[in-house]
Amino acid sequence: MAISSASKPSVLTPKLAELPREGKFGEFGGQFVPEILMPALQALEKDYLTIKTQARFQNELKSLRADYCGRPTPLYFAKRLSEHAEGVQIYLKREDLLHGGSHSVNNALGQALLARELQRRRVICATGSGEHGLSTAMVCALLGLQAEIYMGATDMERQKTNVEQMKLLRARVHVVTRGSQTFKDATNEALRDWVTHVKDTYYLIGSSVGPHPYPMIVRDFQRVIGDEIKGQLLRRGQRLPDLLVAAVGQGGSAIGTFFPFGQDEKVRFLGVEAAEAASLTQGTVGVLHGAKTYLLQDEHGQLQPTRSLAAELDYAAVGPEHAFYKKSGRAEYIAVSSDEALEGFRLLAELEGILPALEAAHAIYAGVQRAKKLKRDQIIVITLSGRGEKDLKVIYDRQQLSGQAI
Amino acid sequence: MIVSNYLAKRFEELKQRSEAALIAYLMAGDPDLSRTLEYARALEAGGADVLELGAPFSDPIADGPVLEEAAQRALRQGVHLQDVLHIVRELRKSSTMPIVLLSYYNPILRLGEESFARRCSEANIDGVIIPDLPMEEAASWVNQARKYGLARVFYATPETDNERVRKICECSSGFLYLVSRYGTTGAREALAETAIPLLERVRPLLPSDLQLAVGFGISTRPQIESVVRAGADGVIVASAVVARIAEGITPEALSAYARDLKEATKRSRPNLSNR
Repeated sequence: MAISSASKPSVLTPKLAELPREGKFGEFGGQFVPEILMPALQALEKDYLTIKTQARFQNELKSLRADYCGRPTPLYFAKRLSEHAEGVQIYLKREDLLHGGSHSVNNALGQALLARELQRRRVICATGSGEHGLSTAMVCALLGLQAEIYMGATDMERQKTNVEQMKLLRARVHVVTRGSQTFKDATNEALRDWVTHVKDTYYLIGSSVGPHPYPMIVRDFQRVIGDEIKGQLLRRGQRLPDLLVAAVGQGGSAIGTFFPFGQDEKVRFLGVEAAEAASLTQGTVGVLHGAKTYLLQDEHGQLQPTRSLAAELDYAAVGPEHAFYKKSGRAEYIAVSSDEALEGFRLLAELEGILPALEAAHAIYAGVQRAKKLKRDQIIVITLSGRGEKDLKVIYDRQQLSGQAI
Repeated sequence: MIVSNYLAKRFEELKQRSEAALIAYLMAGDPDLSRTLEYARALEAGGADVLELGAPFSDPIADGPVLEEAAQRALRQGVHLQDVLHIVRELRKSSTMPIVLLSYYNPILRLGEESFARRCSEANIDGVIIPDLPMEEAASWVNQARKYGLARVFYATPETDNERVRKICECSSGFLYLVSRYGTTGAREALAETAIPLLERVRPLLPSDLQLAVGFGISTRPQIESVVRAGADGVIVASAVVARIAEGITPEALSAYARDLKEATKRSRPNLSNR
């Protein structure tokens, strides 16, 4: 193993962090998949590493990020939220303002361009909240690819508008009624589709999870978040932030936020999980969906059901690079309950006039709590990974149930 | 190298008789452990040569609906890897049928590779199949399996090129599991187009002490006859057995089904002297 589990972040050479050795981040990651997928994964790694260096590919990505997605996204100084948090400077990275309303499009666009380069016209994906499904449907329409989207029945019920949008974008949405009918089961189905159609299908994984090379590819396409934060702070004459805060479900937007600061030792990372699906803070090491990582599992190695209000966080595993950050101590991970996330939602709505996605509301709550413990001149950047419209029904139902106003 | 006795011996006997092995699958604990034992004895009585015993897992990504639902039923019975080892010990009291255990990797990892290998060996299990552990991730498992004398069954598929097949054979013992088609487990009416060409491609790459067993989608006599004629040393029938159990088949009727399939493994086989 190139990186021992006890390595300090300073030992992480940029080269090593850039390209996982043998597909692993320390002991985590890898390729725990059926044999039939191995040649495809090996080819994908090779092709991706070639294509990503091509100027034509990078130029098209850059141009579509700007003109189609709306990058760079603003780094917004949240004055009233900062005052509420007793003076710490809180910035919000506004990924909610992207086309489609979330950070998902960063990755979906990059991988769809890759799929087109690889001449795969059929694209499959699994989605939890529907954000990744929606982004995949959008970019597939844009590039003339056929999108096939797997989504759990439970998630379809709580994210109806996203499903309707996917259908309008000509994606085929497959309802998954097996298992717990959430993202984990949708992923099982997508993998089964892939083993059946591996020759002509591109599997567009939505976050930094799954077998190598996916965690690396997704992180590379999401790192634009952290790269922009860095540039935007420095251009304002600011120094690097003291703390970066991001919600962690599977971990895509968080790894994109943290990764570019990996070598900046003074910048601390706080990953925020849903308490009802806290694989990093409550899980144990295991293997699911192709990667070794932290899982919510019982003593027999069976996966446990999760129950977060936020569909995108409702997953019993987490991206392997986060598992590595946790074990090496580079990032800190905490869990926030659904009720606390709703408090974060309310704060941002009332103080800043922004409705965050429930996923991001976890990060808002944790960021504000943490801010209260920091000195006045410190800088916190919270990644606002998506907008809240998709969650209005869930929030409304919860409000009805508890008989309280949010 | 220790090679599991029952398995190697059975293949040797079958070779003498010009038969291929009928490898029949059961999901341990479906519908419950005692009936798994009954069904195992019924398969043996019907002439099945090898029992492939599945340990249930919550997220079996290589399996179609029949095996996934069987796993769910077993899990609802509270059946886990330890229970599977337990019923093998029960079965061993009256049976010398070779047994290979199939488990996804996570339950094995949870128990610990070494602890798992030791317990398998103590239960007289002949070999282990791990569908989500490709050879690249299997170095430590191969060492444990060697140490405890367990056959290491890996897969080759229509996607696996010759160079990779050779490397897989180097890690393998007992038999190589040939995935006859693209897709998950599950019975199909016809043999996949990929099956015979794949068999013919892989056959010459195998070392002489490694058997070749074909699975995925196989459930009928004509399918078995075709793959046996093309040189398979064994055929694996899984979902078709499990589907019959889900429908409540009697052990006697399952015996009769096995007997019928076993006949198909006895057809004239190609001359194997060139191997």
